[in-house]
Amino acid sequence: MESLKAIWTAVLDSVRDLLPIIVVIGFFQFAVLQQPIPNLGEIAIGVLFVVIGLTLFVQGLNMSLFPIGESMAYSFASKGSLFWLLCFAFALGFGTTIAEPALIAVAREAALIAANGNMIENSDQSMASYALGLRVTVAVSVGVAIMIGVFRIVLGWPIQYLIVIGYGGVVIMTVFAPPEIIGIAYDSGGVTTSTITVPLVTALGVGLASSIKGRNPMVDGFGLIAFASLTPMIFVMGYGMLV
Amino acid sequence: MLNIFTDLLLTIASTVWDVVPIVVIIVGFQRLVLGKPLPNRKRLITGFILVLLGLAFFLEGLEAALFPLGRLMAQQLTDPAFIAGEDIDRVIGWWDYQWVYLFAFAIGFSTTIAEPSLLAVAIKANQVSAGSIGIWGLRIAVAIGVATGIALGVYRIITGTPLYWYIISGYVFVLIQTMFAPRMIIALAYDSGGVTTSTVTVPLVAALGLGLASTVPGRNPLLDGFGLIAFASLFPIMSVLAYAQLSEWRGKRSKETPT
Repeated sequence: MESLKAIWTAVLDSVRDLLPIIVVIGFFQFAVLQQPIPNLGEIAIGVLFVVIGLTLFVQGLNMSLFPIGESMAYSFASKGSLFWLLCFAFALGFGTTIAEPALIAVAREAALIAANGNMIENSDQSMASYALGLRVTVAVSVGVAIMIGVFRIVLGWPIQYLIVIGYGGVVIMTVFAPPEIIGIAYDSGGVTTSTITVPLVTALGVGLASSIKGRNPMVDGFGLIAFASLTPMIFVMGYGMLV
Repeated sequence: MLNIFTDLLLTIASTVWDVVPIVVIIVGFQRLVLGKPLPNRKRLITGFILVLLGLAFFLEGLEAALFPLGRLMAQQLTDPAFIAGEDIDRVIGWWDYQWVYLFAFAIGFSTTIAEPSLLAVAIKANQVSAGSIGIWGLRIAVAIGVATGIALGVYRIITGTPLYWYIISGYVFVLIQTMFAPRMIIALAYDSGGVTTSTVTVPLVAALGLGLASTVPGRNPLLDGFGLIAFASLFPIMSVLAYAQLSEWRGKRSKETPT
């Protein structure tokens, strides 16, 4: 009975999370565009799916991604090997980004722009290799970002100094990068962090900050995602200048 | 009707495929470097399966219900015929797009509230701060940031002003705020820029950007369609810093005036 009640509350929470989108789309469809909703049945099933999905995701989060991220952070901290911790950080950043569907889409788009702007040869082969190069660049940059972020937590540096350096890097690269690449570069910072990576990386950072003496999980534990959305901009503009 | 279920299976398969590298890295490091079996294995695997299933249902549901409608809406709202209204021959100025701005703001806000990764970070921040950061407070602050960012990004596409002006002045503003914001919120605020733009927001916002860039005269969709995501990741930093400053200020004031 208790668990049934818990499930019901979880479902209600998901419905509440979703309600704003339904209201917005409904309002624009009926009041502004003044059209009926097409395929009502399919849409109802879709909304049901979204509610089920969100509920399952939140349940699974507390059972898997959060505990594994934290337990690995504790194990690395007690093992005391900074080298392996940094390796893990890089692997996690690189591995979760290289297969990211949003990134694959952006890379393909970018190759098209580069070909239209005569930056590369307008053939399928050169476009495919440009897109792959871009993906590897972004994945490496996310790996480096998580690595730097973990290093910062271990040493306890204030995050804003590194962010200032990062912003400075973005501004300087903007001056030199070809104009075609700037929009893509700025956007690539946002698309790299997926729904599975974010909880995992957050739990890793918070776990590290709480297991290392003298670190505060609130002040030091967050910030890994921030680096992961900053470095791709710099690296992608660099890629645009080199290729 | 049957389609949606076969699509669901495909989505589950592709979600599984996406997380293979993550599982390999976690298990590999746990076994080879840390030399330990996974703790609480049964619970962990169940949780992982729930996450995968949840994500697949979520994505498939969005793809079946909300994305097609949202994309169509973005196209229709940016259609010159809709914007000019009755008087087709008149010149369209940036102020004629008021429905587009409102749509950008509303869709930015509502998709951010439904964003699972933001929810995850908010839950974690709530745990770590022992409840002093509210889950809803953070989510609403971030959602207002994304909404404002996307509305401004739409204005930029319509007026055709260079993207980097906005981004660089945004950076300067964030740095000034950082100097005055309470220390404990800074890292979380920077993080909230990155988490806002994933599964729900990106597809709808990208459709809006491309729709605008291909209908506004003088814009090139390949060049001007990008950049909305950048706005959506910059503005939440500002709104979360502002939210923290505001709650600190209110906390101080309520201490000074005992009730």
